[in-house]
Amino acid sequence: MERQEILNSKHFELTINRLCYQLIEAHGDFSNSVLIGLQPRGVNVVTRLKQNLEAIIGKEVKCGNLDITFYRDDFRRRESPLIPSTTNIDFDIENKDIVLIDDVLYTGRTIRSGLDALLAFGRPAKVELLTMIDRRFRRDLPIQADYVGKTVDTLVSERVSVEWKEIEGEDKVILFTQENNG
Amino acid sequence: MDSLSVDHVIGIKDLTKNDIELIFKTADAFKEVINRPIKKVPSLRDITIANLFFENSTRTRLSFELAEKRLSADVINFSAASSSVKKGETLIDTVNNILSMKVDMVVMRHPNPGAAKFLSERIDAKVVNAGDGTHEHPTQALLDAYSIREKLGSVEGKKVVIVGDILHSRVALSNIYCLKKLGAEVMVCGPTTLIPKYIAELGVLVEHNLRKALEWCDVANMLRIQLERQDIKYFPSLREYSMQYGLNKELLDSLPKEIVVMHPGPINRGVEITSDVADSKQSVILQQVENGVAVRMAVIYLLASKVKR
Repeated sequence: MERQEILNSKHFELTINRLCYQLIEAHGDFSNSVLIGLQPRGVNVVTRLKQNLEAIIGKEVKCGNLDITFYRDDFRRRESPLIPSTTNIDFDIENKDIVLIDDVLYTGRTIRSGLDALLAFGRPAKVELLTMIDRRFRRDLPIQADYVGKTVDTLVSERVSVEWKEIEGEDKVILFTQENNG
Repeated sequence: MDSLSVDHVIGIKDLTKNDIELIFKTADAFKEVINRPIKKVPSLRDITIANLFFENSTRTRLSFELAEKRLSADVINFSAASSSVKKGETLIDTVNNILSMKVDMVVMRHPNPGAAKFLSERIDAKVVNAGDGTHEHPTQALLDAYSIREKLGSVEGKKVVIVGDILHSRVALSNIYCLKKLGAEVMVCGPTTLIPKYIAELGVLVEHNLRKALEWCDVANMLRIQLERQDIKYFPSLREYSMQYGLNKELLDSLPKEIVVMHPGPINRGVEITSDVADSKQSVILQQVENGVAVRMAVIYLLASKVKR
Protein backbone atom coordinates (compact mmCIF):
# COMPACT_ATOMS: atom_id res chain seq x y z
CA MET A 1 0.00 0.00 0.00
CA GLU A 2 1.39 3.36 -1.02
CA ARG A 3 0.32 6.32 1.11
CA GLN A 4 -0.08 9.81 -0.19
CA GLU A 5 -1.03 12.71 2.03
CA ILE A 6 -3.63 14.80 0.22
CA LEU A 7 -4.35 17.20 3.10
CA ASN A 8 -1.86 17.94 5.86
CA SER A 9 -2.88 19.28 9.25
CA LYS A 10 -2.44 22.91 8.20
CA HIS A 11 -4.59 22.59 5.09
CA PHE A 12 -7.03 20.46 7.04
CA GLU A 13 -7.64 23.32 9.47
CA LEU A 14 -7.99 25.82 6.60
CA THR A 15 -10.49 23.57 4.86
CA ILE A 16 -12.60 23.14 7.99
CA ASN A 17 -12.60 26.92 8.51
CA ARG A 18 -13.61 27.58 4.92
CA LEU A 19 -16.49 25.10 5.26
CA CYS A 20 -17.59 26.90 8.42
CA TYR A 21 -17.73 30.27 6.66
CA GLN A 22 -19.56 28.76 3.70
CA LEU A 23 -22.12 27.31 6.13
CA ILE A 24 -22.51 30.67 7.89
CA GLU A 25 -22.98 32.37 4.53
CA ALA A 26 -25.90 30.06 3.77
CA HIS A 27 -27.36 29.50 7.25
CA GLY A 28 -26.67 32.75 9.13
CA ASP A 29 -26.83 32.19 12.88
CA PHE A 30 -28.16 28.62 12.55
CA SER A 31 -31.43 29.49 14.30
CA ASN A 32 -33.33 27.14 11.97
CA SER A 33 -30.45 24.93 10.86
CA VAL A 34 -28.96 21.73 12.24
CA LEU A 35 -25.94 19.60 11.41
CA ILE A 36 -26.43 15.84 11.20
CA GLY A 37 -23.44 13.54 10.90
CA LEU A 38 -23.65 10.07 9.42
CA GLN A 39 -22.30 7.28 11.63
CA PRO A 40 -19.57 6.37 12.06
CA ARG A 41 -17.06 8.82 10.52
CA GLY A 42 -19.31 11.74 9.60
CA VAL A 43 -19.77 12.38 13.31
CA ASN A 44 -16.11 13.48 13.58
CA VAL A 45 -16.66 16.13 10.92
CA VAL A 46 -19.71 17.42 12.79
CA THR A 47 -17.85 17.58 16.11
CA ARG A 48 -15.10 19.73 14.59
CA LEU A 49 -17.46 21.95 12.59
CA LYS A 50 -19.58 22.52 15.70
CA GLN A 51 -16.53 23.60 17.73
CA ASN A 52 -15.35 26.06 15.09
CA LEU A 53 -18.81 27.38 14.17
CA GLU A 54 -19.68 28.08 17.80
CA ALA A 55 -16.37 29.90 18.25
CA ILE A 56 -17.16 32.09 15.25
CA ILE A 57 -20.85 32.87 15.75
CA GLY A 58 -20.85 32.66 19.55
CA LYS A 59 -24.05 30.63 19.65
CA GLU A 60 -24.93 26.99 20.10
CA VAL A 61 -25.27 24.96 16.91
CA LYS A 62 -27.63 22.00 17.13
CA CYS A 63 -26.10 18.71 16.05
CA GLY A 64 -27.14 15.07 15.79
CA ASN A 65 -25.82 11.68 14.72
CA LEU A 66 -27.64 9.41 12.31
CA ASP A 67 -27.06 5.69 11.91
CA ILE A 68 -28.03 4.34 8.50
CA THR A 69 -27.40 0.61 9.01
CA PHE A 70 -31.01 -0.48 8.64
CA TYR A 71 -31.49 1.60 5.48
CA ARG A 72 -28.53 0.25 3.50
CA ASP A 73 -29.09 -1.51 0.20
CA ASP A 74 -26.40 -4.16 0.73
CA PHE A 75 -28.05 -6.09 3.58
CA ARG A 76 -27.55 -9.83 2.97
CA ARG A 77 -24.98 -9.11 0.27
CA ARG A 78 -22.33 -9.24 2.96
CA GLU A 79 -20.81 -12.11 4.91
CA SER A 80 -21.85 -10.88 8.34
CA PRO A 81 -24.71 -8.61 9.36
CA LEU A 82 -24.11 -4.88 9.73
CA ILE A 83 -24.18 -3.91 13.37
CA PRO A 84 -25.67 -0.50 14.03
CA SER A 85 -24.15 2.50 15.80
CA THR A 86 -26.28 4.89 17.79
CA THR A 87 -28.61 7.48 16.38
CA ASN A 88 -28.90 10.59 18.47
CA ILE A 89 -31.32 13.22 17.21
CA ASP A 90 -32.97 14.76 20.25
CA PHE A 91 -34.80 17.56 18.48
CA ASP A 92 -37.62 17.87 15.97
CA ILE A 93 -36.37 18.10 12.38
CA GLU A 94 -39.75 19.23 11.02
CA ASN A 95 -39.27 22.32 8.79
CA LYS A 96 -35.58 22.60 9.72
CA ASP A 97 -32.75 23.28 7.29
CA ILE A 98 -30.53 20.26 7.57
CA VAL A 99 -26.92 19.82 6.59
CA LEU A 100 -26.17 16.12 6.22
CA ILE A 101 -22.49 15.47 6.80
CA ASP A 102 -20.09 12.66 5.95
CA ASP A 103 -16.32 12.45 5.65
CA VAL A 104 -15.99 10.87 2.19
CA LEU A 105 -18.51 10.98 -0.67
CA TYR A 106 -17.90 8.06 -3.01
CA THR A 107 -20.68 5.99 -4.62
CA GLY A 108 -23.46 8.05 -3.06
CA ARG A 109 -25.17 4.94 -1.65
CA THR A 110 -24.50 5.92 1.96
CA ILE A 111 -26.07 9.32 1.35
CA ARG A 112 -29.09 7.70 -0.31
CA SER A 113 -29.57 5.56 2.82
CA GLY A 114 -28.96 8.61 4.99
CA LEU A 115 -31.76 10.52 3.26
CA ASP A 116 -34.17 7.65 3.86
CA ALA A 117 -33.12 7.35 7.49
CA LEU A 118 -33.44 11.10 7.98
CA LEU A 119 -36.96 11.28 6.57
CA ALA A 120 -38.10 8.74 9.20
CA PHE A 121 -37.74 11.57 11.70
CA GLY A 122 -39.99 14.02 9.91
CA ARG A 123 -40.12 16.42 6.97
CA PRO A 124 -37.28 18.92 6.92
CA ALA A 125 -37.63 22.16 4.95
CA LYS A 126 -34.37 21.54 3.12
CA VAL A 127 -31.52 19.06 3.15
CA GLU A 128 -28.00 19.90 1.99
CA LEU A 129 -24.92 17.71 1.83
CA LEU A 130 -21.44 18.49 3.13
CA THR A 131 -18.45 16.19 2.66
CA MET A 132 -14.81 16.57 3.59
CA ILE A 133 -13.62 14.62 0.53
CA ASP A 134 -15.47 14.18 -2.75
CA ARG A 135 -14.20 11.24 -4.82
CA ARG A 136 -15.70 12.54 -8.05
CA PHE A 137 -16.51 10.51 -11.17
CA ARG A 138 -17.18 7.48 -8.95
CA ARG A 139 -20.88 7.93 -8.28
CA ASP A 140 -23.39 5.05 -8.59
CA LEU A 141 -26.31 7.38 -7.88
CA PRO A 142 -27.16 10.95 -8.93
CA ILE A 143 -26.03 12.62 -5.69
CA GLN A 144 -23.79 15.71 -5.38
CA ALA A 145 -22.52 17.63 -2.37
CA ASP A 146 -23.36 21.30 -1.69
CA TYR A 147 -20.18 21.90 0.33
CA VAL A 148 -16.93 20.08 -0.43
CA GLY A 149 -13.68 20.15 1.55
CA LYS A 150 -11.54 18.78 -1.26
CA THR A 151 -12.28 17.05 -4.53
CA VAL A 152 -10.04 14.14 -5.54
CA ASP A 153 -9.87 11.87 -8.58
CA THR A 154 -9.41 8.27 -7.51
CA LEU A 155 -9.46 4.72 -8.82
CA VAL A 156 -11.83 2.08 -7.46
CA SER A 157 -8.84 0.19 -6.02
CA GLU A 158 -7.77 3.22 -4.01
CA ARG A 159 -9.00 4.19 -0.58
CA VAL A 160 -9.31 7.58 1.08
CA SER A 161 -9.03 7.95 4.84
CA VAL A 162 -9.84 11.11 6.80
CA GLU A 163 -7.92 11.09 10.09
CA TRP A 164 -8.50 13.20 13.21
CA LYS A 165 -6.17 14.38 15.92
CA GLU A 166 -8.71 13.27 18.58
CA ILE A 167 -8.67 9.70 17.25
CA GLU A 168 -5.63 8.99 15.10
CA GLY A 169 -3.38 11.68 16.61
CA GLU A 170 -3.15 14.02 13.65
CA ASP A 171 -5.52 15.84 11.29
CA LYS A 172 -4.85 14.64 7.74
CA VAL A 173 -6.31 12.98 4.69
CA ILE A 174 -4.49 10.02 3.19
CA LEU A 175 -4.90 8.33 -0.18
CA PHE A 176 -3.97 4.65 -0.16
CA THR A 177 -2.96 3.17 -3.49
CA GLN A 178 -2.33 -0.49 -4.24
CA GLU A 179 1.16 -0.72 -5.72
CA ASN A 180 0.39 -3.11 -8.59
CA ASN A 181 -2.59 -1.27 -10.06
CA GLY A 182 -1.05 -0.01 -13.32
CA MET B 1 -17.79 -11.78 16.18
CA ASP B 2 -20.49 -9.80 14.49
CA SER B 3 -22.68 -12.68 13.49
CA LEU B 4 -24.76 -15.26 15.36
CA SER B 5 -23.11 -18.65 15.86
CA VAL B 6 -26.36 -20.44 15.02
CA ASP B 7 -28.56 -20.65 11.92
CA HIS B 8 -31.80 -21.06 13.85
CA VAL B 9 -32.89 -19.75 17.24
CA ILE B 10 -34.30 -22.91 18.82
CA GLY B 11 -33.23 -22.44 22.42
CA ILE B 12 -30.99 -20.36 24.62
CA LYS B 13 -29.05 -23.55 25.33
CA ASP B 14 -27.49 -23.34 21.83
CA LEU B 15 -26.56 -19.66 22.03
CA THR B 16 -23.23 -18.35 23.28
CA LYS B 17 -22.79 -15.40 25.59
CA ASN B 18 -21.51 -13.45 22.58
CA ASP B 19 -24.68 -14.25 20.66
CA ILE B 20 -26.81 -12.91 23.49
CA GLU B 21 -24.74 -9.76 23.77
CA LEU B 22 -24.91 -9.23 20.01
CA ILE B 23 -28.70 -9.57 20.16
CA PHE B 24 -28.88 -7.03 22.99
CA LYS B 25 -26.64 -4.57 21.19
CA THR B 26 -28.75 -4.82 18.05
CA ALA B 27 -31.94 -4.54 20.12
CA ASP B 28 -30.68 -1.25 21.59
CA ALA B 29 -30.69 0.23 18.09
CA PHE B 30 -34.15 -1.16 17.35
CA LYS B 31 -35.50 0.20 20.60
CA GLU B 32 -34.47 3.64 19.37
CA VAL B 33 -36.16 2.93 16.00
CA ILE B 34 -39.51 1.95 17.56
CA ASN B 35 -39.60 5.22 19.48
CA ARG B 36 -39.31 7.32 16.32
CA PRO B 37 -42.23 9.02 14.56
CA ILE B 38 -41.85 6.50 11.71
CA LYS B 39 -41.24 3.21 13.49
CA LYS B 40 -40.13 1.23 10.50
CA VAL B 41 -36.90 0.43 8.67
CA PRO B 42 -36.56 -1.11 5.21
CA SER B 43 -33.87 -3.74 6.05
CA LEU B 44 -35.91 -6.89 5.37
CA ARG B 45 -37.80 -5.78 2.27
CA ASP B 46 -36.99 -9.01 0.44
CA ILE B 47 -37.70 -11.43 3.29
CA THR B 48 -40.94 -13.35 3.79
CA ILE B 49 -41.75 -14.73 7.22
CA ALA B 50 -44.43 -17.25 8.20
CA ASN B 51 -45.79 -17.16 11.73
CA LEU B 52 -47.03 -20.65 12.51
CA PHE B 53 -48.94 -20.86 15.75
CA PHE B 54 -50.07 -24.37 16.59
CA GLU B 55 -50.94 -23.21 20.07
CA ASN B 56 -52.78 -20.13 21.32
CA SER B 57 -50.85 -16.93 21.83
CA THR B 58 -51.69 -13.25 21.87
CA ARG B 59 -48.69 -11.35 23.12
CA THR B 60 -45.90 -13.36 21.49
CA ARG B 61 -47.71 -13.50 18.19
CA LEU B 62 -48.49 -9.78 18.08
CA SER B 63 -44.98 -8.99 19.20
CA PHE B 64 -43.40 -11.13 16.46
CA GLU B 65 -45.75 -9.78 13.83
CA LEU B 66 -45.03 -6.19 14.80
CA ALA B 67 -41.27 -6.87 14.87
CA GLU B 68 -41.44 -8.36 11.38
CA LYS B 69 -43.53 -5.53 9.98
CA ARG B 70 -41.26 -2.88 11.50
CA LEU B 71 -38.38 -4.51 9.63
CA SER B 72 -40.46 -4.33 6.42
CA ALA B 73 -40.64 -8.12 5.97
CA ASP B 74 -43.67 -9.67 4.31
CA VAL B 75 -45.67 -11.65 6.84
CA ILE B 76 -48.09 -14.53 6.60
CA ASN B 77 -49.97 -15.84 9.59
CA PHE B 78 -51.26 -19.25 10.34
CA SER B 79 -53.05 -20.58 13.36
CA ALA B 80 -53.84 -24.21 13.96
CA ALA B 81 -57.38 -23.51 15.08
CA SER B 82 -58.45 -22.55 11.56
CA SER B 83 -56.26 -24.82 9.44
CA SER B 84 -55.76 -28.19 7.81
CA VAL B 85 -53.97 -29.44 10.93
CA LYS B 86 -57.46 -30.07 12.21
CA LYS B 87 -58.02 -32.19 9.10
CA GLY B 88 -55.06 -34.44 9.90
CA GLU B 89 -52.14 -32.89 8.01
CA THR B 90 -48.68 -33.54 9.53
CA LEU B 91 -46.37 -30.75 10.68
CA ILE B 92 -43.86 -31.35 7.87
CA ASP B 93 -46.57 -31.34 5.22
CA THR B 94 -48.09 -28.15 6.53
CA VAL B 95 -44.74 -26.43 6.65
CA ASN B 96 -43.55 -27.69 3.27
CA ASN B 97 -46.73 -26.37 1.70
CA ILE B 98 -46.07 -23.00 3.23
CA LEU B 99 -42.41 -23.08 2.17
CA SER B 100 -43.41 -23.76 -1.46
CA MET B 101 -44.78 -20.27 -1.33
CA LYS B 102 -41.13 -19.10 -0.95
CA VAL B 103 -40.87 -18.29 2.73
CA ASP B 104 -37.43 -17.44 4.14
CA MET B 105 -38.11 -17.74 7.84
CA VAL B 106 -40.54 -19.57 10.07
CA VAL B 107 -41.57 -18.42 13.54
CA MET B 108 -43.25 -21.36 15.22
CA ARG B 109 -45.08 -22.10 18.44
CA HIS B 110 -46.00 -25.72 18.95
CA PRO B 111 -47.33 -27.77 21.91
CA ASN B 112 -44.67 -30.49 21.50
CA PRO B 113 -41.20 -30.03 23.00
CA GLY B 114 -38.58 -30.34 20.25
CA ALA B 115 -40.91 -29.34 17.42
CA ALA B 116 -38.77 -26.37 16.42
CA LYS B 117 -35.57 -28.43 16.34
CA PHE B 118 -37.31 -31.15 14.34
CA LEU B 119 -38.43 -28.58 11.83
CA SER B 120 -35.07 -26.82 11.56
CA GLU B 121 -33.40 -30.10 10.59
CA ARG B 122 -35.84 -30.75 7.79
CA ILE B 123 -36.52 -27.47 6.05
CA ASP B 124 -34.48 -24.87 4.25
CA ALA B 125 -35.86 -21.78 5.97
CA LYS B 126 -34.52 -20.24 9.19
CA VAL B 127 -36.53 -21.25 12.26
CA VAL B 128 -37.29 -19.14 15.32
CA ASN B 129 -38.81 -21.01 18.24
CA ALA B 130 -41.68 -19.04 19.73
CA GLY B 131 -42.28 -21.69 22.38
CA ASP B 132 -42.23 -25.48 22.02
CA GLY B 133 -44.33 -27.12 24.71
CA THR B 134 -42.59 -27.19 28.08
CA HIS B 135 -39.12 -26.95 26.50
CA GLU B 136 -37.88 -23.45 25.59
CA HIS B 137 -39.14 -19.98 24.74
CA PRO B 138 -35.89 -18.24 23.80
CA THR B 139 -37.15 -14.79 22.81
CA GLN B 140 -39.04 -14.45 26.11
CA ALA B 141 -35.87 -15.20 28.07
CA LEU B 142 -33.92 -12.73 25.93
CA LEU B 143 -36.43 -9.96 26.52
CA ASP B 144 -36.54 -10.73 30.25
CA ALA B 145 -32.75 -10.52 30.53
CA TYR B 146 -32.76 -7.42 28.31
CA SER B 147 -35.28 -5.78 30.65
CA ILE B 148 -33.12 -6.61 33.68
CA ARG B 149 -30.09 -5.15 31.90
CA GLU B 150 -32.08 -2.02 31.08
CA LYS B 151 -33.43 -1.58 34.61
CA LEU B 152 -30.33 -2.55 36.62
CA GLY B 153 -27.52 -1.72 34.19
CA SER B 154 -26.32 -5.29 33.75
CA VAL B 155 -27.31 -8.89 34.34
CA GLU B 156 -23.96 -10.14 35.61
CA GLY B 157 -23.91 -10.72 39.35
CA LYS B 158 -27.62 -9.99 39.80
CA LYS B 159 -29.78 -12.34 41.84
CA VAL B 160 -32.92 -13.47 40.05
CA VAL B 161 -35.64 -15.67 41.49
CA ILE B 162 -38.13 -17.40 39.22
CA VAL B 163 -41.32 -18.13 41.13
CA GLY B 164 -44.14 -20.53 40.32
CA ASP B 165 -44.76 -23.37 37.93
CA ILE B 166 -41.17 -24.27 37.02
CA LEU B 167 -42.15 -27.80 35.97
CA HIS B 168 -44.36 -26.77 33.06
CA SER B 169 -42.65 -23.54 32.17
CA ARG B 170 -40.58 -23.11 29.01
CA VAL B 171 -40.04 -19.53 30.13
CA ALA B 172 -38.32 -20.78 33.30
CA LEU B 173 -35.96 -23.12 31.46
CA SER B 174 -34.96 -20.54 28.86
CA ASN B 175 -34.55 -17.91 31.57
CA ILE B 176 -32.28 -20.17 33.60
CA TYR B 177 -30.00 -20.82 30.60
CA CYS B 178 -29.98 -17.16 29.58
CA LEU B 179 -29.35 -15.69 33.04
CA LYS B 180 -26.65 -18.26 33.86
CA LYS B 181 -24.86 -17.53 30.57
CA LEU B 182 -24.89 -13.83 31.39
CA GLY B 183 -23.43 -14.45 34.84
CA ALA B 184 -26.48 -13.96 37.06
CA GLU B 185 -27.31 -16.05 40.13
CA VAL B 186 -30.59 -17.88 39.68
CA MET B 187 -33.01 -19.34 42.23
CA VAL B 188 -36.27 -21.15 41.57
CA CYS B 189 -39.11 -21.01 44.07
CA GLY B 190 -42.42 -22.86 44.18
CA PRO B 191 -44.27 -25.77 45.71
CA THR B 192 -42.26 -29.02 45.71
CA THR B 193 -44.64 -30.55 43.19
CA LEU B 194 -43.91 -27.83 40.65
CA ILE B 195 -40.11 -27.89 40.96
CA PRO B 196 -38.50 -30.55 38.71
CA LYS B 197 -36.45 -33.09 40.65
CA TYR B 198 -33.07 -32.48 39.01
CA ILE B 199 -33.35 -28.73 38.43
CA ALA B 200 -30.42 -28.00 40.79
CA GLU B 201 -28.12 -29.68 38.25
CA LEU B 202 -28.59 -26.64 36.02
CA GLY B 203 -26.75 -24.68 38.71
CA VAL B 204 -29.74 -22.98 40.29
CA LEU B 205 -30.71 -22.64 43.94
CA VAL B 206 -34.01 -24.11 45.11
CA GLU B 207 -36.19 -22.47 47.75
CA HIS B 208 -39.70 -23.31 48.83
CA ASN B 209 -40.32 -20.28 51.01
CA LEU B 210 -41.33 -17.23 48.98
CA ARG B 211 -40.37 -14.67 51.63
CA LYS B 212 -36.84 -16.08 51.93
CA ALA B 213 -36.49 -16.09 48.15
CA LEU B 214 -37.64 -12.50 47.85
CA GLU B 215 -35.32 -11.34 50.61
CA TRP B 216 -32.43 -12.88 48.68
CA CYS B 217 -33.15 -11.52 45.21
CA ASP B 218 -32.77 -8.33 43.15
CA VAL B 219 -35.37 -9.41 40.62
CA ALA B 220 -38.45 -11.63 40.98
CA ASN B 221 -39.91 -13.17 37.83
CA MET B 222 -43.42 -14.34 38.72
CA LEU B 223 -44.64 -17.09 36.40
CA ARG B 224 -48.21 -17.93 35.57
CA ILE B 225 -49.73 -21.18 36.81
CA GLN B 226 -50.22 -23.12 33.59
CA LEU B 227 -53.46 -24.88 34.38
CA GLU B 228 -53.80 -25.96 30.75
CA ARG B 229 -50.66 -28.11 31.03
CA GLN B 230 -51.50 -29.64 34.39
CA ASP B 231 -53.14 -33.02 33.98
CA ILE B 232 -53.22 -33.74 37.71
CA LYS B 233 -53.59 -31.57 40.80
CA TYR B 234 -50.19 -30.19 41.86
CA PHE B 235 -51.56 -28.09 44.71
CA PRO B 236 -54.85 -28.15 46.65
CA SER B 237 -56.38 -24.94 45.29
CA LEU B 238 -55.51 -21.71 43.50
CA ARG B 239 -56.41 -19.86 46.69
CA GLU B 240 -53.90 -21.85 48.68
CA TYR B 241 -51.24 -21.39 45.99
CA SER B 242 -51.88 -17.67 46.02
CA MET B 243 -51.54 -17.50 49.80
CA GLN B 244 -48.22 -19.37 49.75
CA TYR B 245 -46.64 -18.16 46.51
CA GLY B 246 -48.58 -15.08 45.43
CA LEU B 247 -46.81 -11.72 45.59
CA ASN B 248 -48.87 -8.99 47.25
CA LYS B 249 -48.11 -5.37 48.12
CA GLU B 250 -47.77 -6.05 51.83
CA LEU B 251 -45.08 -8.66 51.24
CA LEU B 252 -43.33 -6.49 48.64
CA ASP B 253 -43.25 -3.45 50.95
CA SER B 254 -41.93 -5.49 53.89
CA LEU B 255 -38.76 -6.50 51.99
CA PRO B 256 -35.45 -4.93 53.07
CA LYS B 257 -34.75 -3.50 49.56
CA GLU B 258 -36.68 -2.57 46.43
CA ILE B 259 -36.80 -5.48 44.04
CA VAL B 260 -37.80 -5.49 40.37
CA VAL B 261 -40.98 -7.43 39.63
CA MET B 262 -41.37 -9.16 36.27
CA HIS B 263 -44.07 -11.30 34.72
CA PRO B 264 -44.03 -12.87 31.25
CA GLY B 265 -47.81 -12.49 30.89
CA PRO B 266 -50.64 -13.21 30.70
CA ILE B 267 -51.21 -12.25 34.32
CA ASN B 268 -53.71 -14.06 36.50
CA ARG B 269 -54.38 -11.08 38.74
CA GLY B 270 -54.85 -12.20 42.30
CA VAL B 271 -53.16 -15.58 41.79
CA GLU B 272 -49.39 -15.25 41.32
CA ILE B 273 -49.41 -11.48 41.66
CA THR B 274 -51.96 -8.98 42.98
CA SER B 275 -53.18 -5.99 40.97
CA ASP B 276 -51.46 -3.39 43.13
CA VAL B 277 -48.10 -5.18 42.64
CA ALA B 278 -48.62 -5.60 38.89
CA ASP B 279 -49.35 -1.88 38.56
CA SER B 280 -46.69 -0.67 41.02
CA LYS B 281 -43.60 1.26 39.99
CA GLN B 282 -41.41 -1.72 40.84
CA SER B 283 -43.09 -3.75 38.12
CA VAL B 284 -41.54 -3.71 34.63
CA ILE B 285 -44.23 -5.85 33.05
CA LEU B 286 -45.15 -3.35 30.34
CA GLN B 287 -41.50 -2.47 29.63
CA GLN B 288 -40.98 -6.20 29.06
CA VAL B 289 -43.64 -6.08 26.35
CA GLU B 290 -42.05 -3.06 24.67
CA ASN B 291 -38.59 -4.64 24.84
CA GLY B 292 -40.08 -7.81 23.36
CA VAL B 293 -40.58 -6.09 20.02
CA ALA B 294 -37.03 -4.67 19.96
CA VAL B 295 -35.45 -8.00 20.96
CA ARG B 296 -37.47 -9.95 18.38
CA MET B 297 -36.52 -7.42 15.70
CA ALA B 298 -32.88 -8.04 16.62
CA VAL B 299 -33.22 -11.84 16.47
CA ILE B 300 -35.01 -11.72 13.12
CA TYR B 301 -32.59 -9.14 11.69
CA LEU B 302 -29.53 -11.18 12.66
CA LEU B 303 -30.98 -14.46 11.35
CA ALA B 304 -32.21 -12.85 8.13
CA SER B 305 -28.68 -11.77 7.32
CA LYS B 306 -27.89 -15.49 7.01
CA VAL B 307 -30.54 -16.11 4.34
CA LYS B 308 -28.73 -16.91 1.11
CA ARG B 309 -30.23 -16.33 -2.34
